[in-house]
Amino acid sequence: MIHSLKRALTDIRSNKFLNLITIITISLSIMVVSVFLLFFENAGRVIESWNQGGRAMIYLKGEFNTDMLPQLKAKINALGDIDEMVYISKAKALDTLKKTLASQTTFLKTLKKNPLPDALEIKIKSYKNFQGVQTLAQNIKAIDIVDDIEYGQGWLGQFLKLFKLFKITGYAMCGFFFLIALFITANTVRLAFYSRKLEVDIMRLVGATEIFIKAPFYIEGLVQGFLGGVLGLGALLATYLMVSSGITQSLASYVYFDIRFLSVKMVMLIIFSSTFLGWFGCYLSLKQIFK
Amino acid sequence: MIRLFNVSKRFGGKLALKNISLDIEQGEFIFISGPSGAGKSTLLKILYLADNIFEGQVLIDGMNLSRISSSKLPVLRRRFGIVFQDFKLIPTLTVYENISLVLEAAGKKTSFIKKKVMQVLRSIGMEKKAKAFPLTLSGGEQQRVAVARAVVGEPSIILADEPTGSLDSTSARAILDFLMEYHKKGSTILIASHDLHLMKNTIKGRNIELNAGRIVSTDIMY
Repeated sequence: MIHSLKRALTDIRSNKFLNLITIITISLSIMVVSVFLLFFENAGRVIESWNQGGRAMIYLKGEFNTDMLPQLKAKINALGDIDEMVYISKAKALDTLKKTLASQTTFLKTLKKNPLPDALEIKIKSYKNFQGVQTLAQNIKAIDIVDDIEYGQGWLGQFLKLFKLFKITGYAMCGFFFLIALFITANTVRLAFYSRKLEVDIMRLVGATEIFIKAPFYIEGLVQGFLGGVLGLGALLATYLMVSSGITQSLASYVYFDIRFLSVKMVMLIIFSSTFLGWFGCYLSLKQIFK
Repeated sequence: MIRLFNVSKRFGGKLALKNISLDIEQGEFIFISGPSGAGKSTLLKILYLADNIFEGQVLIDGMNLSRISSSKLPVLRRRFGIVFQDFKLIPTLTVYENISLVLEAAGKKTSFIKKKVMQVLRSIGMEKKAKAFPLTLSGGEQQRVAVARAVVGEPSIILADEPTGSLDSTSARAILDFLMEYHKKGSTILIASHDLHLMKNTIKGRNIELNAGRIVSTDIMY
């Protein structure tokens, strides 16, 4: 093991340029992949916190009267997944609107009739599952007296479409960069192998096992993968620190958008994956050479 | 110990070895002589498993080389110590590292390796050059290191392909004397060389003369 480690480090030192190129390639690939993961993690959080934690407004038809309320509540509760339910009468809604608009309420005085509908504000339990919420909303809307239901489906639907598009692009880009990094790693190991062919031949002749011969190459691949991963994430972190505050500030006036760096779990996963990538490139190369 | 039955080797259409049959006993000193192209190196390569495509049978301690599994190859190879005419030292490793490689490959402990390598280096008078790199040494010194590497694992068989070919007579004699010492300790030694004169004046053993891939004579040198 000590021999293998020593040989791997010696080889990295003696082929500095080649190893540097490989590490940079891996780090660039990891950076591209991490950018997508960063987007997915943050977008995922935005989706999770959509509509202030699963609040939805059920607007009722004009023929609704408060006598119908207990029966309606029972019907909605029977559909399940409802945490809270608050009735907001059209009078209360208008009152709230007046308070909200404050000085700009003069036009409201000209109204002959309250245009706002009676409503129920509900809080959905499992609001993180958008499809589940959609189904629940459809079931609520199917109740006779319900006119409409609003749960942020407009912007969220658009956002999810964009999210899906990014996801597909992300997968394609990740796959593409993974293959590039794999190809470069495999070729670096191949070049390292041929530059040490004499050593390998002598090792064979003195009775070294294949594991003993291959171990330094595997260590080299693991080191390249690990350093590539760390460097890629480091570059992403630096970029994130530079631009994240700017993005948050510019979006703060429109939406609450808290951009965070990748979670520790994700960082560990990326470093593990890039280390595995280094090992796998080495494995493919050696498998071909020793065939 | 080593048995060859009708061993032939072809390179393309040309036969480099033709029906070689030979028995070598434990502790023998074998000198394989003959002109260039006689098949000396080819025969040694078959014995040290650098070439496993040949006709006939080769048995080493009862193990048939044609049927040996790849997992047992390294173990069998550790029975050999090999000396090459061009030394085949790894230029990026120091003298110490070149020699210790054999013991590391055999999975020996670091403390044992250090002790053993220094012991062998002392015996060839190279302990002060332990940290030197091969290319900074003279030809004679490099061959001494190559011999040290061949013997450090205490192999039962030492195969030397033209070990004195590129050395002056003094260095060549030193190498042969060193190999003789290991022969006295019980190792079987096979030396392939065209320098029959030097061998006859230095070693005692069996001379097998090859020519055009055939054994043309066998005699004892006293």
